[in-house]
Amino acid sequence: MSRLPRSLAVVLTLSVVLLALYPVFGQVVFPNKHAFLMQKLTGIMIMAVMAMSLDLLVGVAGLVSLGHAAFFGLGGYMLAMLSPEYAAANLWLVLPATLIAVAFAAAIVGYLSIRTSGIYFIMVTLAFGQMGFYFFNDSKFAGGSDGAYIMVKPAVEILGVSVLNLGDKRTLYYVGFGTLVGVYLLLRVLLASPFGRVVSAIGVNENRVRGLGFDPVVYKLVAFTIGGTIAGLAGFLAAIQYGFVNPATLSWHHSGEALVMVILGGMGTLFGPAIGAFVFELARMGFEAMTDHWLLPMGAMIIAIVLVLPKGIGGFLLQVFSARSKVEDGQ
Amino acid sequence: MTGEPKVVLETRGLTKSFGGLVAVNSANYRFVERQAHAIIGPNGAGKSTFVNLLTGHFPPTGGEILFKGQQITGFPAHKVSRLGVGRSYQKTNVFPVFSCFENCRLAAQAQLPSSMRFLRPAGRYKEVNEQADRALALCGLGSRRDRVAGTMSYGEQRQLEIGMVLATNPEVLVLDEPLAGMGKEESEKMVGLLKDLARHFTLILIEHDMDAVFSIAEVLTVMVNGTVLESGPVEIIRASKAVQDAYLGDGAEAY
Repeated sequence: MSRLPRSLAVVLTLSVVLLALYPVFGQVVFPNKHAFLMQKLTGIMIMAVMAMSLDLLVGVAGLVSLGHAAFFGLGGYMLAMLSPEYAAANLWLVLPATLIAVAFAAAIVGYLSIRTSGIYFIMVTLAFGQMGFYFFNDSKFAGGSDGAYIMVKPAVEILGVSVLNLGDKRTLYYVGFGTLVGVYLLLRVLLASPFGRVVSAIGVNENRVRGLGFDPVVYKLVAFTIGGTIAGLAGFLAAIQYGFVNPATLSWHHSGEALVMVILGGMGTLFGPAIGAFVFELARMGFEAMTDHWLLPMGAMIIAIVLVLPKGIGGFLLQVFSARSKVEDGQ
Repeated sequence: MTGEPKVVLETRGLTKSFGGLVAVNSANYRFVERQAHAIIGPNGAGKSTFVNLLTGHFPPTGGEILFKGQQITGFPAHKVSRLGVGRSYQKTNVFPVFSCFENCRLAAQAQLPSSMRFLRPAGRYKEVNEQADRALALCGLGSRRDRVAGTMSYGEQRQLEIGMVLATNPEVLVLDEPLAGMGKEESEKMVGLLKDLARHFTLILIEHDMDAVFSIAEVLTVMVNGTVLESGPVEIIRASKAVQDAYLGDGAEAY
């Protein structure tokens, strides 16, 4: 991925700073709704992480997955199952254990699905996602269709001293924020690396990549595993936030929502799908407040954005700002 | 032939059939080091299938392929490429959204022992960058380094296609119709480039343009219906009656 136009980088950085300062000024701007909005934004930032992880597959590697939520849900269920019922789990143990388990699951699903492509890949990932859904839906040990609770949030301690209280809404907000920024930067580094360049090229023309001397299967599998693991991290955080997991988090509806965020935001732009998550969730919140039939205006909005901005919000921003930076350079 | 010519690539009884259709029928070829070898033949003669077999894009149904004496029969395309058999495509097959440099850089990157490297930016591998720039200069696109490939003319994209093959540091260049669809001026430029390359590489050229073939190639093979009709130095093949009947037309009027 090439560098962002400087003016766009500035705008994005300012937005991120604004997001970082929300807990400070939110009380003043939205006195009645501040706590609610802060919680909402935490959830959105976690979804943005999931959307970016899916963009690595869909937008960069050209792997359109409809089973991505399975890894998100698995991340949440891992926390629920690893947490003692009435005591706090140790984050330094449950987080790595969760990520390893999700990575393992993603590698297996990837191994079995990556040799297919196009519509078949969509179908195979959809099938695996639904397998995950029914596994947790029909299993007693994980609460079945009712889901499972995480009564006590994990403790984050260093040498026995608590450093982060995940029960505190503001702290959790910053954990979500830090994860969003961290995952974005991590994926940028990844995409600029030799590995990332090969994966980007596979998204453009897989056969040519093979002709140059790379085995696309291996690169796609590693990308799929990384994307799945990051989705698992997002699911893990969401489970901490809500204190609850249910099978719906694995369902294809949830995968579909993430896919819509990626498409709205602009496939392959990485920052776009994060914006897509905000647009999607904030619009849903607005429409839900207006009408019971909120899906109707929601659908209309999605169609409108896709029609007007075929490359998504991110693609549109890139176009606008790269045109501007050319003018600035006098080209 | 004089001395002991070193055979780089060899096929023995190479066969490929698709169902009942035998596209390539027990083809025996020896490609000699630093020789420009052209394969001609009418449409459907099996030339492209032969290229796909040679570069691992299809597994053969029978026979074997040897690269410098080593068995490479059935090797997948990416392995064949890494060994040193580079291939350009009949249809333009560059990455249109990447710059010229990035196209060649990626090709050069394939020479790293592994591209499973996740942290250091790809642009900071000095040897890879140098190899990419060398390839760009060789294919005549040094001045187009930062142009987005998809915005260049068709002829330039064909040049880039060859630049990418060069960037993989090949010993053998397999070029599948490099002149296809080119205008007269672009063709002349490309022929110049190919003549240049013929001095440094083993060249296997599939081409329809007879003038170009005769001016570049030293050895000519005529393929008809999946089999080798005749093979030998250009002048001899040119004069061969059988070849003229099968391919060049009944008389010599065209030339």
